[in-house]
Amino acid sequence: MTVTAVPTRRVWVEQIMGMPISVHVRGTVATDADPHKHMETAVAQAFSHLRRVDAVLSPWRAESDLMRVRRGELSAHEAHPWLAEVRGLCAEAAERTGGLFTADLPDHAGGPRVFDPTGLVKGWAVEGAARHLALVDGTSFCINAGGDILAGKGQYAGEVSPWRVGIEDPAERTRIAATVELTVGAVATSGNAARGAHITDPRTGSPVDRPGSATVTGPSLLWADIWATALFVDPEGAQETIALGDPAYRSLVL
Amino acid sequence: MRRITLWLLGTITSVVLLFSYHTSTSSAGAAPTTVIAGQASGSGQTDGGTSSGPTSSDSSGQSSSGSSGSSSGSSSGSSSGSSSSSSAAAKTYAGDTAQTQWGPVQVQITVKNGKITASDVLQVPSGNPRDEEINSYAVPVLNSEVVAAQNANIDMISGATVTSDGYIQSLQSALDQAGL
Repeated sequence: MTVTAVPTRRVWVEQIMGMPISVHVRGTVATDADPHKHMETAVAQAFSHLRRVDAVLSPWRAESDLMRVRRGELSAHEAHPWLAEVRGLCAEAAERTGGLFTADLPDHAGGPRVFDPTGLVKGWAVEGAARHLALVDGTSFCINAGGDILAGKGQYAGEVSPWRVGIEDPAERTRIAATVELTVGAVATSGNAARGAHITDPRTGSPVDRPGSATVTGPSLLWADIWATALFVDPEGAQETIALGDPAYRSLVL
Repeated sequence: MRRITLWLLGTITSVVLLFSYHTSTSSAGAAPTTVIAGQASGSGQTDGGTSSGPTSSDSSGQSSSGSSGSSSGSSSGSSSGSSSSSSAAAKTYAGDTAQTQWGPVQVQITVKNGKITASDVLQVPSGNPRDEEINSYAVPVLNSEVVAAQNANIDMISGATVTSDGYIQSLQSALDQAGL
């Protein structure tokens, strides 16, 4: 049996959590050997993980554990342990951002405040999904979850070429305002350009209604995403907090 | 409505004229798009030649106010897959049909030597007052977006969270199918 090693690039896309999630994989894969299948399996597991997170933690699904706990139908200790995990992360994020990130949000405009971890669930979930991909030797990957990006690689991937990430210009979305090269790490951008004002300023309880965007790059997508949100809410304050408190992260305000 | 678009491509070894023509219909399926390209080697970097029409953007026909969550509904469909190509070098990829608030939209890109050389809209909504606006406004925006990204050799785009609805999804779908 001859095994030919060929460089490959493959792409998978699924719609999960209401957004397109693309997985790009590069590697030198033996054509009739296992790694290819390993990657197929890993990608399926990654998507499956994201769907499971959505089923447990979505505030838009009436039957999610989050919503059942909110309605009092499920006690906290009966709920999926992910709920307690993200609750802890939300508390940590609120503390580290000096209150610029919060999961204590109005249910609807003017409604009572409820626990809503959505602001960090995506980044956290994509990191969980990426752990499946990183188990495949000899490959590198890049996930784009609705504009937030996480790149990584498996063992024995060697010197991999970086992924070039374009930062969209929020004023002119057909243009790239900046680029970041990423081999292992994350880029997250927060702004209103795609969905309108949906980020709440925890200090006022009102939506942050302004143009522009905030991008943060660093090792983890969970924290890049949290910092990008904080940076969009308060560009000056958060920039200082990041520089002093989390110097592995770099920011760009547009 | 019919639009004729002309791209002039320079490559290292040859000048390639790529003549793309399509008619917009609202029905699914492959549009009569013809791609003619000469053989070329080397890195066929495209430059210039975005299509006509206004390219101002912002609110590029974004639908979807705030509704992430349910993964139902949007992105119907599956008229995906590659379609015709008339030379060994150029291949076309059609994106999934994306449901927008105005109707279905489908984007096709042409790839040669691993580079995007053209993008076309195969399917745009028709029969409503927004048709004209979409054809004259949103489509050129899309085209310039894909070409601009390609000129910068971009693998991925980071921006404000994209939802499953709308044009960008359809374009991303085409890009992803090309596997660049």
